[in-house]
Amino acid sequence: MSFVTVRDVWQSYGARSILERVTLDVSEGDFVSIVGASGCGKSTFLRLLLADERPVRGEIRVDGAEPATEPGRSRGVVFQRYSVFPHMTVRENIVAAETFSRPLGRVWGRARREARERADATLERVGLAHVADAYPATLSGGMQQRLAIAQALTARPRILLLDEPFGALDPGTRLSMHAFLQDLRAETGMTVFMVTHDLEEGFKLGDRVLVFDKPRWDTQAPERFGATITYDFDARDGGVPFQRILDRYPSLAPRPPAATG
Amino acid sequence: MRLINRRPARPAAVLLTALPFVAVAIAYAIASEIRLAANPQDKLLPAPATIWDTAVRLFSEPDRRTGEILLWRDTAASLRRLAVGVGAGALVSLLLGVLIGLLPYVRRTLSDFVAVISMVPPLALLPILFIVFGLGEMSKIVLIAIGITPLMIRDLAQRVLDIPHEEIVKAQTLGASTPVIALRVVLPQILPRLISAVRLQLGPAWLFLIAAEAVAAEVGLGYRIFLVRRYLAMDIILTYVIWITLLAFVIDWALKQLSRRAFPWKEAGL
Ligand SMILES: Nc1ncnc2c1ncn2[C@@H]1O[C@H](COP(=O)(O)OP(=O)(O)O)[C@@H](O)[C@H]1O
Ligand SMILES: [Mg+2]
Repeated sequence: MSFVTVRDVWQSYGARSILERVTLDVSEGDFVSIVGASGCGKSTFLRLLLADERPVRGEIRVDGAEPATEPGRSRGVVFQRYSVFPHMTVRENIVAAETFSRPLGRVWGRARREARERADATLERVGLAHVADAYPATLSGGMQQRLAIAQALTARPRILLLDEPFGALDPGTRLSMHAFLQDLRAETGMTVFMVTHDLEEGFKLGDRVLVFDKPRWDTQAPERFGATITYDFDARDGGVPFQRILDRYPSLAPRPPAATG
Repeated sequence: MRLINRRPARPAAVLLTALPFVAVAIAYAIASEIRLAANPQDKLLPAPATIWDTAVRLFSEPDRRTGEILLWRDTAASLRRLAVGVGAGALVSLLLGVLIGLLPYVRRTLSDFVAVISMVPPLALLPILFIVFGLGEMSKIVLIAIGITPLMIRDLAQRVLDIPHEEIVKAQTLGASTPVIALRVVLPQILPRLISAVRLQLGPAWLFLIAAEAVAAEVGLGYRIFLVRRYLAMDIILTYVIWITLLAFVIDWALKQLSRRAFPWKEAGL
């Protein structure tokens, strides 16, 4: 069953075509990596998934529901930068993920104490408990992104969108972030879309790797045509295909030599 | 070593800071000395000692008729006008700045209007304000508010627009409504900017205050300066000018401290 359904989506800014004929089906719980040249429209595609923008043509449905018109709690997001609130401490950032949906964005009294306790438990789990009272600007890049991911997950979205979340991190931090993300994913089983410019990262984390590229070029007017999904790799089992074919076609299994009389 | 890479070290740095102040003081003393030597009755450049005596008298001697010390009364009246005018201006610009920056409908409606209004020279409106609000406190306060508000609105609205779109999107994915985004994401980040906008606009605010007081008032720092001008009382005028400068400096400094204390996250990244 298709969970995220993208049907013939086009996007352009003015005369500039960015995406064209993007069609995609993603099952619930899949991790989809998105790669492609810089400026080809990967972030635009994420913004469309987020409903921060509406496509000029086509539609995107989640779980069969009407296409969303604005961002909401069902889709969480982590950008490369500016993903946490600089004027809130680390703990307040996590608490905000719970309380922003309230009328005044706050809770008081016992509810507040409990929210803070839950936030502290979350911070404990993601290894940020020792900086709970610090402001994000004092944290390293890796810690800020961990906070951003923890914050996004606290809202319990059905889909997590990551736009080059580890792009600004050094290789060592990146590896530990991969492990962190894989743990969280195993725990929540959530559907993830991750844009990356690191192909290896895409294959390592993803179940599928989508490549965005322009299939048509007009040398006179490069703006004329947009990008679309040109490759859709199965990245499970280390990218080796057909490793699970027996799950679908058990009849293909080699039979044990028939015990003939 | 290149000139751009040479920096004054500690004792020299303090000396350099003091240099222009001392230079002006000495230049004044010499010029005053020369004029007074030629004509002991000269009123234009009173001797520093005379100014000092006048200052002491102004700050401590009560008025013979009312029994009040005029300088303090003038100071209180002027500071009150300034505080109310600037405070009202700050509140209005905070509200409109956030609305214009955050809501496309309000932006479409008001941003060009505010841009045009900010081109009106406020002092040209002073006669109208006197006619509409009379010669009392109201017209002076309104002049200050009108004089500084349009620019502050534009400044704050721009600052709201400068908040990374990512933050606004993030807040929405956490389920925040428009009021929550305004109150919990935008407002706290805009308050430091409000304080620096107020600091920038305090200069014009003093200008409007003194201009309004000069034209029509019964008390106030600007009123007093323009009153004693008739008697060529340079010693009083200079005392008042230095006092106003000092007040402006202290207010600016206090706002800077307030901003530092109140917004620790602003400092955190530096
Ligand atoms: N709001 C916008 N208005 C106009 N052009 C835009 C807008 N957003 C993105 N673009 C353009 O669309 C192209 C694709 O951008 P983006 O999706 O950010 O690329 P990617 O994330 O793949 O690097 C870029 O050339 C960018 O300049
Ligand atoms: Mg991008």
